[in-house]
Amino acid sequence: MKAAYSLVAQVLRHPETAVLLGLAEWDLLIRQARHADLLARIYAMLDEQGLIDSIPAKPRAHLESADTVVKRHAQAIRREVHCLRKALATIDLPVILLKGAAYLMADLPPARGRIFSDVDILVPKGHLNQVEAALRLHGWASSHHDAYDQRYYRIWMHELPPMMHLKRQSVLDVHHNILPESARVHPDPRKLIEAAVPAGEDQSVKVLAPVDMVLHSATHLFHEGELEHGLRDLADMDSLLRYFGESPSFWSALMSRAQELELTRPLFYALRYANLVLGTPIPESATINQTVVRPHWSLVAVMDALYGRALAPVHPSCSDWLTGTARWLLYVRAHWLRMSPWLLVHHLFHKAFLSPKHS
Amino acid sequence: MNVSALTPSELRSRLKEAGIFLQIGAFVIHVKTSIRSVAEGIGLLYADYPLAEDVGFADFHVRLISPGNLRRWFRPQVLFSFDGRIPFKPLPLDQAFPMLEWGMNWCVSGHAHQYLILHAAVMEKQGGSVIMPAPPGAGKSTLCAALVNREWRLLSDELALIDKADNALVPLCRPVSLKNESIHVIRKFEPDAVLGREVRDTMKGTVAHMKPPAESVAQRHVTARPAWIVFPKYQPGAPTRLEPQPKARAFMHMVESAFNYSLLGPQGFQMMANLVDACDCYEFTYSNLDEAVAVFADLKLPAP
Repeated sequence: MKAAYSLVAQVLRHPETAVLLGLAEWDLLIRQARHADLLARIYAMLDEQGLIDSIPAKPRAHLESADTVVKRHAQAIRREVHCLRKALATIDLPVILLKGAAYLMADLPPARGRIFSDVDILVPKGHLNQVEAALRLHGWASSHHDAYDQRYYRIWMHELPPMMHLKRQSVLDVHHNILPESARVHPDPRKLIEAAVPAGEDQSVKVLAPVDMVLHSATHLFHEGELEHGLRDLADMDSLLRYFGESPSFWSALMSRAQELELTRPLFYALRYANLVLGTPIPESATINQTVVRPHWSLVAVMDALYGRALAPVHPSCSDWLTGTARWLLYVRAHWLRMSPWLLVHHLFHKAFLSPKHS
Repeated sequence: MNVSALTPSELRSRLKEAGIFLQIGAFVIHVKTSIRSVAEGIGLLYADYPLAEDVGFADFHVRLISPGNLRRWFRPQVLFSFDGRIPFKPLPLDQAFPMLEWGMNWCVSGHAHQYLILHAAVMEKQGGSVIMPAPPGAGKSTLCAALVNREWRLLSDELALIDKADNALVPLCRPVSLKNESIHVIRKFEPDAVLGREVRDTMKGTVAHMKPPAESVAQRHVTARPAWIVFPKYQPGAPTRLEPQPKARAFMHMVESAFNYSLLGPQGFQMMANLVDACDCYEFTYSNLDEAVAVFADLKLPAP
């Protein structure tokens, strides 16, 4: 796989080899990692293994700089979650965090060295109006003012249009499901909400249960059209699987939950590419299960060719003549999975000719 | 080997093919371009800078590209590329060299958080250095250009880098950016100063860059101790006036001019407090450069 050969993927698989790199290789590694948003992740991995002081000063400065940004960012997100908790407490709802903010508040390995631009929360669909009102009262405002966008999000999507806090300028995504209403598969969000667990001491700040968290991460990555952060998201997947995978019951629970939520396909791809690109250990029992849900070999071959390219960092050193096409095809695929062709045509027509243009 | 060792055509072809690795203070910047005005600017203003070809590591890889579409013939443009990413909108081709300078500032101020970074000029003389933070139009660069032509060493005219380990000022010696009237003022003040071509109608008006003194470039690795913080203010016709400024107010002004103060959190606060504590702080109003230079020559090192 193309993505597996990039220097940054090699170092993610075997951080201990970083101490052997010469300056010219460090030059390439820093460039690839910067483009893949993985500089701070590499810092965290080397720091954990006590290797950071053995790295030459020049590249180390770039890793430390990225680490500074991530640490400050984590502090800001903790405060943001605290404010969210206060806002939702007024309507007696817990905060259920998704993705980056969830990893951070539950102190999970992918949070180390991870930067993310916004906070994502999951709320019951029936409470959307109350949630929106409570958030407005606490300073969040919707950032999409165009009537078509508002309607598009509310009817077809799995989230409200992004909200921004008027004072702190932080962005919040309020989800009521993990896939759009218009998508081909419909995981039941009530099941996810029921199974959510407290992130720490505070009972009113929750995260998805381990298996659901992995399935959401897989669904997000393999329904996503723009994969410029693909390798970073795959690295999240890798560290979640290494961490939760230690528990013996995890793998069988993961397989049966995937069946229950109709998410076997994204899980198949997630395990396949995490293993091929980042060497994620997958136990034999899970491998056997995977052969049952495996798509036809010809489809797997096509997907290998596409994801093998698109999961590489967006950097000239990781691209070949097919990379652009691969990214474009996956973009089309993501839209195909999100909405029916008729709806897609309608949406693109509206965006192209009717929506007001912003400069 | 310095840039000056290359003939103009050698420099042009190197920039076009592999690019050159410029050693600028603590950073190595890999510059690649086939734009002639950029090669000329580098040849003139970076003549004394060493080429770091054999290190193999560059902190920032930048390119200036003229887009290959119809714009080639109609109002040609230039793009700044940061290792393949395009962070800014294109500018008219004529502004390619200033764009390289602005782009390099952006590379450092946006990515080098191993330092506390202030928008300020820094000059050093006999072991004490002065930090001059100021909003645009306060005459910071003009005063800086004048001082470095009168025995002060240039550390930077734009970015003060403060080391986290020991609060020392780290040089980032680069050409001094002069705008509008200052260009003429400096030409008159120091007829021997080497200035690059004037570029008109930029977002900052007319700009020209002054070549830094060779001794300042040679001392690019020598850090300096902060001694004075001076907030300059150019006021036409005003008498020269140096007034002490309370440290608390100086602190707040310094915070306003910092790029990454809040990013560094408690460490940023501590570094800034140490910096302000170590310095005598002044507000400086001036209109006459000779008088201004005389005032700076009389600055006494603060009591330890």
